[in-house]
Amino acid sequence: MFNAFSHLLIRDLRLALRNRHELANPLIFFVLVVSLFPLAVTPTPDALRAMAPGVIWVSALLAVLLSLDRLFKQDYEDGSLDQLMLSPNPLMILVLAKVLAHWLLTGLPLVIIAPLLGLFMSLPMEAVNVLIYSLLLGTPVLSLVGAIGVSLTVAVNRGGVLLSLIILPLYIPILIFGANAVDVAADGMPVRGQLLFLGAVLALALSLAPLATAVALRITASR
Amino acid sequence: MPVSTMFEVQSLECVRDDRLLFSGLNFSLAESEVLQIEGANGCGKTSLLRIICGLRLAEAGQVLWQGESIQSNREDYYSNMVYIGHLPCVKAELTVMENVRSLLDTRSLTVSDAVIEEALAKVGLATYEDVTGKALSSGQRRRILLAFVALSRAKLWILDEPLTALDVQGVALMESMIIEHRQAGGSVIFTTHHGMQLDCEMRSVRLGGQGNGALSDV
Repeated sequence: MFNAFSHLLIRDLRLALRNRHELANPLIFFVLVVSLFPLAVTPTPDALRAMAPGVIWVSALLAVLLSLDRLFKQDYEDGSLDQLMLSPNPLMILVLAKVLAHWLLTGLPLVIIAPLLGLFMSLPMEAVNVLIYSLLLGTPVLSLVGAIGVSLTVAVNRGGVLLSLIILPLYIPILIFGANAVDVAADGMPVRGQLLFLGAVLALALSLAPLATAVALRITASR
Repeated sequence: MPVSTMFEVQSLECVRDDRLLFSGLNFSLAESEVLQIEGANGCGKTSLLRIICGLRLAEAGQVLWQGESIQSNREDYYSNMVYIGHLPCVKAELTVMENVRSLLDTRSLTVSDAVIEEALAKVGLATYEDVTGKALSSGQRRRILLAFVALSRAKLWILDEPLTALDVQGVALMESMIIEHRQAGGSVIFTTHHGMQLDCEMRSVRLGGQGNGALSDV
């Protein structure tokens, strides 16, 4: 079982590394959106600092949302998804491998580049640290929950709008707590509560989302 | 008379878009048996194969593997069954070798490089190990699947139109693979619109028209 997990993870990472332009898309989107904001509004340090948590979190969320399509689309179109479902291994383990690969390729690069953008938006150092923690806890949830939506819409032609409609309501708590944690840290107040909430949601998503995704994939395949 | 029934479907019914494709379908399969599903386009052959794979749910009836329903006997069934459908399952970015290996990995099979190379040589991809999927023709992609089926160690092969895109040698290769598999005690369920000249005993199930799901010996 562990072998099937690691082999699928390695396969997905290898596929992505051979398709680099696609890999860079969410990251470029993230950097572009955040760096356009100071140009569009009055770029005083105070104004930037006030909107930085929201801007960075919204951009990260949209960058993940735009990349979700990649999670199952190719496997669905070339029939590999059927083979995954016919594996003697539990489907949710394989789903977890695919989601982990997705996070390593989209969420993690965002977490790594975010501190730079935070400083660029003149966030204080403590807030930048909290930004890293909140993204580190929040982006895996975005991948995990997103996987449920993608597995429901992968068979729908141009399912992008539908996907957003299903997923965005579920993303909103993460957005609120993630951005709020950074906001509060910028004011020099404790953020333990927000981070613990994000951690709890991550634990919940990690245990339930692969199961829900596996069921959703079986529904998709049965049509 | 079948020696031991390993696979059985009982009163299967399939409805697609409010259209009844078949109902009350029964057949069974023992070791070393080859079964062809026949019928016109749109009569439900692919749906039937997806149901017996467990990919699709039947409206009624059940599919049994070794006397137990495939849902409750899932792990054993999927370790002993291999399915290939219309789609090639080949990744354009991976080499032929990596493609075969990733297909085998989902089944948790550890196979040495030498064995895979041998299987690839057998399906006519001897010098293509390091060629990426992108550069292959559709017939060559299908041949990757043939190598996968041969290496899958499955007792039951479920093949949906296995001859698609294959040339004359490819068809002959598929035929010899089925006969070889049968001699080793394996069973095959397949559909095809191309003439498959199988030099062995074979049964067929005809879908659609009168006598829905009638079983006939060929």
